[in-house]
Amino acid sequence: MGKKRKMPGLNTSSTADISFMLLIFFLVTTSMDTDQGLARTLPKPPEDDQLNNEIKVKERNILNIRINKDNYLLIGDDYSTLEDVKERAKEFIKNADNRPNLPELKPKKIKGLGKTMMVTENHVISVQTDRGTDYGVYFAVQDALVAAYNELRDELAKEEFGYRYEFLTADQQKAIREVYPQKISEAEPKKYGGQQ
Amino acid sequence: MSRFNQSGGREMPEMNTSSLPDLIFTILFFFMMVTTMREVTLRVKFEKPVGTQLEKLARKSSTSFIYIGQPTDALRGQFGTAHRIQINDKYAEAPEIYDYVNEERGELAEADKPFYTVSLKVDHHTPMGIITDVKQVLRKAYALKIMYSANKKQ
Repeated sequence: MGKKRKMPGLNTSSTADISFMLLIFFLVTTSMDTDQGLARTLPKPPEDDQLNNEIKVKERNILNIRINKDNYLLIGDDYSTLEDVKERAKEFIKNADNRPNLPELKPKKIKGLGKTMMVTENHVISVQTDRGTDYGVYFAVQDALVAAYNELRDELAKEEFGYRYEFLTADQQKAIREVYPQKISEAEPKKYGGQQ
Repeated sequence: MSRFNQSGGREMPEMNTSSLPDLIFTILFFFMMVTTMREVTLRVKFEKPVGTQLEKLARKSSTSFIYIGQPTDALRGQFGTAHRIQINDKYAEAPEIYDYVNEERGELAEADKPFYTVSLKVDHHTPMGIITDVKQVLRKAYALKIMYSANKKQ
């Protein structure tokens, strides 16, 4: 038996290079983009026996926004532009002056606020398009509608709690949402120009 | 005056780099975790619309994507310029989405199924007719949560 030999240390200087290569591979293939967009819920498909049994909504409770194939906008009965959508929608949803041509206000008890508020509970905003309408325009309208809701909610949140909507607790947000529920209809499109 | 200029005196000690691999590995693991590899090659090109009120997609794992737009430049000669729907790696017609959605949802765990979302990545010039058809098929397939994918306005 000779002298006990010492095990030579493994040369690990290239480990860094190897892991660098892996790192660069993942750096290149990574797409950190988090998908963003507007979330929507489609209505359930109509049952056969329900086909002609559409829900009746009072005319004053509907805000129709129509876009034709040339991307012209019609809000209610007026020709309009994209910039107007938000203001019109806000006016419609809130109906601050209780006007007869805007949705009816109904008292609703909001638990989170501890009081009863007048709410346009049954309002519906419906966006109808032609088959030739540009998706970009449709999207811009949808975006403006969401903006209208968000601004109204922000206003109310500031009034009631002193903070913007996004900074409220979940319960407070729920209370605000009860006052301004988002009701954008994704109903079936109609081809108009011809028969309605 | 040779106090600062000792020739042949001490040498600069070598830096110990034995922890360098650990460091790199840490970064490597980070990127491995956040990476989602693109599974499909795009056959349509689309420029998403811009919006201001966007939400983030919550669960990427329980989401399917449907791309709609014009064929890419390379495929334009073969397929023309009409707007097409792409699912997985190929062009499809609207009714085929029904099977696609059911298949994708079937692969999810039972607990994730209620959160199944379809993200529509659509070019802003696409006519609504195609999107309407897609939406009708999605309704029929009971894939009711959808997302209009968009870019944030700068």
